[in-house]
Amino acid sequence: MVPLSAYVAVSAVLFLTGLLGVLIRRNFIIVLMSVEIMLNAANINLVAFSYYLESMAGQLVALFIIAIAAGEAAIGLAIIIVVFRGKISTNVDEMNLLKW
Amino acid sequence: MTDLLIKLIPVFPLLAVLLNGLAGKRYSHEIAHRLAWGSVGLSFLCTLGVFVDVVQSGTAHEVVAYQWIFGGDLTINLAYLVDPLTCIMLLVVTGVGFLIHIYSVGYMHGEAGFTRFFTYMNLFMVSMLLLVMGNNYLVLFIGWEGVGLCSYLLIGYYYDKVSAAKAASKAFVVNRIGDAGFLLAIFLIFINFKTLDYTKVFAQVGQLSPGMATAIALCLLVGAVGKSAQLPLYTWLPDAMEGPTPVSALIHAATMVTAGVYMIVRNHAIFDLSPTAMTIVGGIGGLTALFAATIGLVQTDIKRVLAYSTVSQLGYMFLGCGIGAYTAAVFHLMTHAFFKALLFLSAGSVIHALSGEQDIRKMGGLSSKIPWTYRVFLIGTIAIAGIPPLAGFWSKDEILAHAFTHGHYLLYGMAAIGALLTSFYMFRLTYLTFYGTSRLDHHTAEHVHESPMVMVGPLMALGVLSIFGGLLGFPPEHGWLHGFLAPVAGAGAEHTASADLVLTLMMVATGLALLGWGVAHYFYSVDLSAPDRLAAKFQAAYQTLLDKYYVDELYDRLFVEPTKKLGELLDWFDRTVIDGLVRGVAQMAEMGAAGSTWMEKYVIYSGLNVIGYGNHRIARQWRQLQSGMVQHYAAILVAGLFLLAVIIQLIMQL
Repeated sequence: MVPLSAYVAVSAVLFLTGLLGVLIRRNFIIVLMSVEIMLNAANINLVAFSYYLESMAGQLVALFIIAIAAGEAAIGLAIIIVVFRGKISTNVDEMNLLKW
Repeated sequence: MTDLLIKLIPVFPLLAVLLNGLAGKRYSHEIAHRLAWGSVGLSFLCTLGVFVDVVQSGTAHEVVAYQWIFGGDLTINLAYLVDPLTCIMLLVVTGVGFLIHIYSVGYMHGEAGFTRFFTYMNLFMVSMLLLVMGNNYLVLFIGWEGVGLCSYLLIGYYYDKVSAAKAASKAFVVNRIGDAGFLLAIFLIFINFKTLDYTKVFAQVGQLSPGMATAIALCLLVGAVGKSAQLPLYTWLPDAMEGPTPVSALIHAATMVTAGVYMIVRNHAIFDLSPTAMTIVGGIGGLTALFAATIGLVQTDIKRVLAYSTVSQLGYMFLGCGIGAYTAAVFHLMTHAFFKALLFLSAGSVIHALSGEQDIRKMGGLSSKIPWTYRVFLIGTIAIAGIPPLAGFWSKDEILAHAFTHGHYLLYGMAAIGALLTSFYMFRLTYLTFYGTSRLDHHTAEHVHESPMVMVGPLMALGVLSIFGGLLGFPPEHGWLHGFLAPVAGAGAEHTASADLVLTLMMVATGLALLGWGVAHYFYSVDLSAPDRLAAKFQAAYQTLLDKYYVDELYDRLFVEPTKKLGELLDWFDRTVIDGLVRGVAQMAEMGAAGSTWMEKYVIYSGLNVIGYGNHRIARQWRQLQSGMVQHYAAILVAGLFLLAVIIQLIMQL
């Protein structure tokens, strides 16, 4: 039997990986991928707790997250394409119009 | 022992994918390609071991590799079912796959993205193995989607070429239609049987109502039609020729496109319950066989002719399934894998020799310059044309004979005409490419060279298989293959036809093939102006064939353009209605603000000015915080979160 803490540890590592990716990486697409990693970290947590608490609710929420992540990826990529058309770049540093 | 071998089969290519995919940049191409074909070779050896065991023991093996989904009364495992049908598919996939991997080493030599190519190819092997080995519909579906993905990746291998990128998207989108049907079928099966395991489903299949059986069969058929490029979803396959030639041979001729046939044979227990679905399967097969063959008559790109030929031959397999000749369909699947892989690879060798030229109008007279390629191409042509005793004759004749002896005269007629056309267009291709006078341009002609041994070797192996592969199903209906597949595909209806009739049908089939050869010989060797005169005489028909019956244009009008229009409509809705609302709100706020400004200017102005000025000064400092970069905001957000966590922790301790 894998202890709950192992799942949580994996989830935490994944979450931090994703978080660092979002904060550090400069490529918009990789930032988006990192967000997906964070979502999956949450999924692992939910499923692990759902299994140990013997309640299906967590797994259901995980399914919702997967569906939402799919939608988010689609919209995110669409936004990237639109931005790319305007800027010919996927570098997040150059997307700083949202100020003052 | 056998169980272990079965589990190992998909593991080797998977390891190669991981190594080449993740670390491929760190070592040379030499290591990458050895890993790639070596892993497939090991899978092939394992398959041979499993095959020998299944032949000897005559039993199917069911192996659970990993317990995957279990909750309530639902259990779905990553499990393999290896029965005679799977054995044949495994041998074809790993055997032909191995030869094509070897060939690719020569063909792809010096290409950019060499390691990427082999990674995708191995990923394809893993998916295809899961597809044929799975013991339940979900594993089949994973493999099904996996091969679709690899097909997409490999068609778009030259992704900086617009036509390749478009062809890849087209293949993916068209396949999605089929996959939707397949998913519906899986849902229906789950609702009716509460399980997805083949053995459990087929054991209770008798409980299905006829209507439900038809519904499931038709949904499965939609999936098969998409994957196997049958009418009306065949349009992606000719475009898929944008990929490198080994990809066309492996994915779009020998293995992936036959997945639909495999799936129908695997589910024949469900199809057998629904005469309606069977009729539709046979009808689609017959129509496709004939339809694609007519387009193949006039195409001028060597790979496109072969692509339409593949669509047409897949039509024969569907026809075989539709009339209940499952063994014959699998037999044809196998021989087709041999000779079509051979044809594609030798076409690749021709293209390689001509530095990328694919137009047969600019070839000719190559037989003496690239003799080995010529010889194996001729073997492939004779095999597909259906001239005995090569492989294609036995399998195709069996489907034709079954159609005739079981009273499907219309289908027989379509298939027979298709066979005549097949023979004609294949010999046309051979004559235009290898015989006559050279139409090469001067520059290309100087560089014509026979391919290296690493490419010719696999061609010879496939040539031998194309010659002798048919003997597995000899004598017709009572060969070794029929006995081997009997437990899976059913023993077949009692054979009522007399030996004389069978022999007559064979003579007719051979006669048709020879007639096709004769006409091609006359057109392209004796009277060279005949094809042009014929084309001029039937201008409209010729143009229609050349433009592939305008099906692509029709689909554009019917589906692609309306979808784009819908997108434009939504864009307009977004810009006018939704943005209009937003602007309206903004304007109201602006008006409110104007009122406030008036109040402030004349009422509160003097008194609060000092505070306002101070605020302005502070704000000027603070607004630096708002850099406009999302990542800064995210960093501040995370910092705030940590701060909050720390504060909560402190409060809890109090």
